Parts: sequence; structure tokens; C-alpha cells
Amino acid sequence: MSILLARASRVLVQGLTGREGSFHTEQMKAYGTDVVAGVSPGKGGSTHLGVPVYDTVAEAVRVSRAEVTGIFVPAPFAADAIMEAAAAGIALIVCITEGIPLYDMVRARAFVLDAGVRLIGPNCPGLVTAGEAKVGIIPNHINRQGTVGIVSRSGTLTYEVIQGLSQAGCGQTTSVGIGGDPILGLSFSEVLRLFKDDAATRAVVMIGEIGGSDEEHAAEEVIGPGFGKPVIGFISGRTAPPGKRMGHAGAIISGNTGTAASKLQALKRAGAEVCDTIEEVVAATVAAVGQPSSAAPR
Amino acid sequence: MKFLEYQVKERFKAAGIPVPDGRLARTPDEAVLAAGALGPIAIKAQVPAGGRGKAGGIKLAKTPMEAKRAASEILGMTIKGFKVREVWCETAQEITREFYLGLTLDRDARKPVLILSAQGGMEIEEVAESHPAAIARLHADPWRGPLPFEVRDLIFRAGLGPLQGQLAPFINRLYALARSFDALTIEINPLALTRDGGLVATDGKLEIDENAIFRHKDLHGADDSDDDPLEAEAKRRKLTYVRLDGSIGVIGNGAGLVMNTLDLVQREGGRAANFLDIGGGAKAEVVHSALELINSDPNVKGILINIFGGITRGDEVARGVIDASRDLGLTVPLVVRLTGTREDEGRRLLQEAGITPKSTATEAAHTVVELAREASR
Repeated sequence: MSILLARASRVLVQGLTGREGSFHTEQMKAYGTDVVAGVSPGKGGSTHLGVPVYDTVAEAVRVSRAEVTGIFVPAPFAADAIMEAAAAGIALIVCITEGIPLYDMVRARAFVLDAGVRLIGPNCPGLVTAGEAKVGIIPNHINRQGTVGIVSRSGTLTYEVIQGLSQAGCGQTTSVGIGGDPILGLSFSEVLRLFKDDAATRAVVMIGEIGGSDEEHAAEEVIGPGFGKPVIGFISGRTAPPGKRMGHAGAIISGNTGTAASKLQALKRAGAEVCDTIEEVVAATVAAVGQPSSAAPR
Repeated sequence: MKFLEYQVKERFKAAGIPVPDGRLARTPDEAVLAAGALGPIAIKAQVPAGGRGKAGGIKLAKTPMEAKRAASEILGMTIKGFKVREVWCETAQEITREFYLGLTLDRDARKPVLILSAQGGMEIEEVAESHPAAIARLHADPWRGPLPFEVRDLIFRAGLGPLQGQLAPFINRLYALARSFDALTIEINPLALTRDGGLVATDGKLEIDENAIFRHKDLHGADDSDDDPLEAEAKRRKLTYVRLDGSIGVIGNGAGLVMNTLDLVQREGGRAANFLDIGGGAKAEVVHSALELINSDPNVKGILINIFGGITRGDEVARGVIDASRDLGLTVPLVVRLTGTREDEGRRLLQEAGITPKSTATEAAHTVVELAREASR
């Protein structure tokens, strides 16, 4: 068991023939992901990396029955690619692209919501279900199968946690990067609820950062006694000054909103174990899954 | 991209939002001419920052002589780090009430939100704290925009019902302007009711989404980088750089990882001089360019490079570091932490060049803070 993605998931890649799309499709295939189709408008009918290419998502879905898509399309066209996938009946859209205009995203997000489709990202590393399948750019070699769920707004910092846990002998169910943009698809709350209901996940690591109030909402709405599994929390940007955008478009403290202090406090109040360093996150997680709670089924 | 007040007012005027008549002045004599043409004027410093009034950057002048004095006082001032090079001289208004009208993107609702308040003239965050009930919000559907009945509802909820006939077109024009310019934030504050019963935008703010700049290549905003040569140079080198006030230069890959590195430096008793993200898959030349930039900062007393190789390859980073430290003749201590893809090869290369890489970020942060402290003794 895992969340969102499994070995059997049939995966489409939008922007398959581009530089990023090609490189990461090879990596995804090497990880064992069932990449069934690619879309590059104008290149339909060809084959790239052993994957059949179609002109439109609708055609690709009709022929290949793809359920999940990974989007590696340049920013000016990415919101349209998201909506094309939603309209074609894709169930899970993972958008890796960084730099999508925010008005494009608010429209795409509303469209996706109306279609009842799940969107991860944009500006995210995607997700991996350890030992089964990967959509996105998380390095293959760091993952290890196990019982820890990871949800994060960051890319490389997530890789650090995954690698740290794997090296400590502590594997993962699914690792999800929700993205560093201000306007996102799945929120911390939504991913945490999926982990709550996943029998294989025994503890969850949540990596937040300054900006917005998604961490606070997750703490108030989802984490708490009812969650039934340990949550290990971490927030980066604790020393970042207000008003400065720290790399991610969404990582900015505006007025009193988005401070690390507010997020840390909300997580603590909800009963999460809050850590200061990645080493501490790894140690706390190892300790948490080392003592299985009676509530979590094996 | 941010805009100066007069640039925003030009956009307002073009969009049919009334603004006072005004002229730009770069010298006190130009302010005299403006006062001669316009009568009593307000003289306002043009900088991309708030709090100009409190800083003495806005003065009233009834006569050309007063205008000359006021303009010569304001021109050349420094407000929040920005040097005043221009003043906007506009017809003084006889104001009876001040409102607030703005639009921003609500991250939680994932929609644009229009904000209207009968309490204008101060920062909307202050109003939100002191009079939360005085703020009315309308989340607009991003596809169809605000509908007429929604706009009326917003006006009545703000307690401004008697002005609905005048306010509704203002709100629609502001929304259209925000959409057409990809505005992250647009504000009319204050939106002034004048003695003759008209509504006029006496101050305005506009910030455009950097991601959408490709749609607005013809726009020129406020140059807010010229006061920081390092930020300007980083922009030229296409590096994601933010200047901070410490002494440890930080380079890393990935925003979250770099933010965490700044936190670790502070935890070890130091302070970072900057945020610098070289991004994913960086080649040796990018690492070289980043090191060159950091090394040109006189505040930097030690440099910390923190790399997690996912797509980024350890050997590429190592080559960049080695070349740069040779070419630049680094005089400050350099500490490298390298892990992930091709880490063994990268670490071997560094070791051969006499640089001992650290295996954890915490250890690296500790070492660079120590070394910088010793070096500055």
C-alpha cells in the first residue's frame, strides 16, 4: 500500500521529447514506472525512448488508458497542459514546471477542481512510491521501501530527508513534493489525510517552509489526536527576513503571515514533533517507527 | 516587478480610473514649473517602498517658492534604502473621506480577492488588525471575474452603499487592470472622496508577477536593484540571489535546502551574508560564477557551499569549486558539503585539490562559522 501512485499506475509524460522530459522519462522508466505514452503536439505517431508519442492528451488517453501524467512543458504553456490533461480524464496530474504565471495557475486550478481531478505542484519534484513507481525528478537511488510517508514544499531538502532515512534503515511508502509556488494543487492537509488512511504508512514527515499558511491549516485541520500516527515536522527559513522572496515564489513572509514561528507553534500545538535539523528529523522518525503504535495496523 | 507611484497612475489614467493632474520633476526648478502650471501641489518622493509620508518624503506646497524648497529637501533623500531621484508633483486635493480598494491573490482560497474598506489611508494590514470588520472581501471566479451583483454586495458589506453608482465602475476597472497586467498586488490607497463629490485615486501600488513578464516585455517598472550592485550583478548572471546582513556567503542547490543552510549557520552562531540558489543540474560554470559573485562581496568572511546532488552532479560542482578557487585566489575560508549523485568522484576531486569536504550540512555550518571567526581575529 501507498498513496497516489503504485507499480500498476499507467503514466503519461507531457513534453516527453523535450530535454527535461526525455532525461526524466528515462529515469522514471529505470525506476520501474509504467510509462505508457507521451504527448508532444506535432510529433504524434513517432516513438521516443520506446514510448509512443501522441499529438493530444485525449488521443493518448484513449489509446494508452493512462491515469497519471507528469508535465515537463515550458512555463508559458504549462497551465494549458494541466487543463488538457484534466479534460481528457487523467486522474492525477503532476506538474514539475517552474515559473507558471499565477493568473494562469488560478484558472487551471479552478478548472482542475471542477473536473474533480487531483493536481500536484506546480514547481514541485513530483512523487515516488518507494520500490514501485516515480513521476517527477526525485533521484532514484535514494529511495527505500518502508513505512514512512513524506510530504514537502521543497525539492532538495526532501531528497536530504529521504536519503537520511534510507541510510538509517528507515524506508518510505510515498514521498510527495507539493511544490514551492503560492498557488498549488494538493495542500499539506489533503496529502496528510491520504497518509492517515493509508495502512502501510506508520509515521509522516512534513517539511514546510516560510510563506502562506498551509502548514498552519494542516496543523489545525488534520494533525492532532485523531490523526493516529506520529507526525515529524520541520520548517525551513526560520532566519529569513520578512519581505524577501527566498528562491521559491511562495517562500515570502508578508506582514505577519508566513513566519516560521507561527508554523512551528501550530505544529507543536497539534502534537507534531518539531525538529531543528534534518539529522534530528531522521532520528525522530527512526524512533517513531521503531515503536509501532497499537493504532497502526501492520 | 514593482512600479513607482507616477507609473501606476499613468496605468490608472489609461484604464479610466481618475487620478489628480500631475507632473514629474527631477530638479527643484521642474517642481517650480509644475506648481506654476497646477497651483497648490503635493510633492511626493518616487521610491518603490511604503512609509514615504512618515519619512518626510511627501510635502504640500501652495506656491512655486514653497515647491522649490520642498522639492530640494526631498530630492536626494534616502527612504528605506532607496535614493530619491524624482518627485511627483500633483494637484492638491480637498479630501473629505479616504477609502481603500485593492486586489491580491489569496493563496489559501487560490483565487484573486478584491478588498474594499471604508477605512483608507493607512496600511491595509493595520486596518485588518485594528478594525477587522471594516474590511470587505470578494473572491472572484478567475474565469468570469466579479459579477455585477457580487460587486454591489461587496460595496454594501463595506458600508459604502450610498456610493455604489460611483464605486462599481472603479472596482470593475481595477479588476480588468489587474488581469491585463498579471498584477500580484494592485492598490488604490487612499481612494479619495473629494469635496465636490468625485472619487479619485490619490495613491497607487502595482506589483506584476515576475513569471508573467514574458507577456509584458514593453513595460518598464521601478528600477529597485540599482541601490544594490550585488543583486543587480546576480540578476545579470541569472542567479537566484538575495542579499542578507551577515558575513557567511552561502551557495546551495534548491530553495528549501539553501534556506535551511541559512538557518544552520545562525544556529552555529554565525549569520549568512546572502541566499544563493544555483538550481537543479548546475554545471561547473554556474558554480564558478556563483563563487565569483559571493567572493566580490566585502562583507563575506567565509563561504559555505552546500550541495545535494539529485540532478546536480557532484563531480561538476567539485570542478566548478576547484577552478573558481584557483582563478579567484580566494582569501576567505571555504567549506564544502557535497552529497548525492557522483559524490565519491566529487569528494575525491576536492580532496586532491586540498579541500576537505564535509559530509553533513550541520558539520559544514559549524566549521565555516569557526574558521570565519578565527580568520577575522
